Amino acid sequence: MSASASDAAVLVDDLVVRFGEVEAVGGVSFAVAPGEVFGLLGPNGAGKTTTIRVLTTLLPATTGRALVAGFDVRNDSLAVRARIGYIPQAISVDGALTAYENLDFYGRVTGVARHERRERIEEAIETMELAPLLDRLARTLSGGMLRRLEIATALLNRPEVLFLDEPTVGLDPTARGMVWERLDALGEQAGTTILVTTHMMEEAERHCDRLGVIDRGRLVEQGEPAELLERHQTGSLEEVFTAVTGRPIGEENGEDEGRLSDVRAQRRVARRLG
Amino acid sequence: MSAPSAASPAVSAEPVAALSTGPLARVATGTLAMAQAEMRKLRHDHLDIVTRSVQPLLWLFIFGTALRSNRSLTLGTLDYRAYLAPGVLAQAAMFIAIFFGLAVIWERDVGQLQRLLATPLPRTSIVLGKSAGACVRALVQALLLLVVLAATGIPVRWTVTGVVGTLAMLMLGTAAFACMSMLLAAAVKERERFMGIGQLIMMPLFFASSALYPLSVMPGWLHVLARVNPLTYEVQGLRQMLVGVGGAGEVWLDFLVVTGFFAIMLVAATRAYPKAIL
Repeated sequence: MSASASDAAVLVDDLVVRFGEVEAVGGVSFAVAPGEVFGLLGPNGAGKTTTIRVLTTLLPATTGRALVAGFDVRNDSLAVRARIGYIPQAISVDGALTAYENLDFYGRVTGVARHERRERIEEAIETMELAPLLDRLARTLSGGMLRRLEIATALLNRPEVLFLDEPTVGLDPTARGMVWERLDALGEQAGTTILVTTHMMEEAERHCDRLGVIDRGRLVEQGEPAELLERHQTGSLEEVFTAVTGRPIGEENGEDEGRLSDVRAQRRVARRLG
Repeated sequence: MSAPSAASPAVSAEPVAALSTGPLARVATGTLAMAQAEMRKLRHDHLDIVTRSVQPLLWLFIFGTALRSNRSLTLGTLDYRAYLAPGVLAQAAMFIAIFFGLAVIWERDVGQLQRLLATPLPRTSIVLGKSAGACVRALVQALLLLVVLAATGIPVRWTVTGVVGTLAMLMLGTAAFACMSMLLAAAVKERERFMGIGQLIMMPLFFASSALYPLSVMPGWLHVLARVNPLTYEVQGLRQMLVGVGGAGEVWLDFLVVTGFFAIMLVAATRAYPKAIL
């Protein structure tokens, strides 16, 4: 473990999540230090989203323990929710509201006090460069704009830990670059701890301080990107993945892929973003 | 494993703004935030209310006019359209409420629901706020229909308490059916199936109630169904307040039944809703 239990921003200890017979997460342990950008890397269906859902209090763990900002996700779920920001892979802002109305709404539901709300919103608008979009209905925004708006809505309560599930999936390279640029700045300036899932190796290598490689519900490797490359004597994270799992990352996990409704929802999102 | 520098302890002992107020205050502010968002959505799409108001007007002016001469439906003296008006008001509001569950399924599919459930917003607020959204739409629609009633001279008793009571009863009924719809959405999870099941529930509720005809003309089995149907009590209350006839009991009893139905549906929907994401 890289951070001790007492000062970790996120601590996951032997986490197991089962859906009936299917074991989505099978004994995952890792820790994220405050201010760190930690990437959970793995193919679709590896257990990344399930892990994030446990950490954001949406899903109970079958066994094991998880702390976020020092609070147990099961016993202190409200304290956790008050200290995190969460952006699911699917689009979470309301398309029928304008960008500004979305910001105002999330400011209110995340409990930002009335006298601070306007200032926080202004801050988030500046950080995410949203000024020209404020009066547009969110459904008319492009994929990259939507992601920036979502990140802005998740910053209003000044979260200690920000969770992002595949934030760049479905975006073109320019929009991807812009999202990462904003996230990097966030980590540096505000010291926000960021836990991000991705299956894009080059992004993980370039932007994450540390990585956990997850496959078939198990954390098979973790460390700094450079360290992983050195340990496995390779030039790319793809090859690291192949080395630790015995197969290339492109091959998906078959039956763990998720149910029809999830896949359909993902495709719908991809269509919107594309 | 490497040891990244731990800049500052993550564990914050200081209280977070989101949790600085009591649970009831948080439910109230959360519900208001949800309701305001719904009102803003309505403002961006006000045509929706107008198009939804066409169907109740068809019931009132085509169905109502066609059966106008049938005295047994109105218990003798009254214009059938006046008798029908409260039923149509209640039915139109119920349609809005029941199809609100579709929005919930949509929000689950796109990720809004997951996002909301990971905020400190109380679960009750999410359900109450959504209900309030349905109520706002139903209220605007009811006002529109009342204006049409007044303009066409259908003999309704226009008293302040009658109109205020009517709107209050409609809000209560709409909130209750909206919660029922969310309960259903949490169970069904798929839009296509929800459409079918929504129809399956809505039509019997409508026909096995006193919305279109008095309980006295119903055969025994239908009478029993109508007696356990909360829509019957909503319509009876409305009819007493708006046209002064048709209720089998006191108005307070009608309010009591609809309030009880709302309370049960609210508790059930609040429990079921978080499971909708799984």
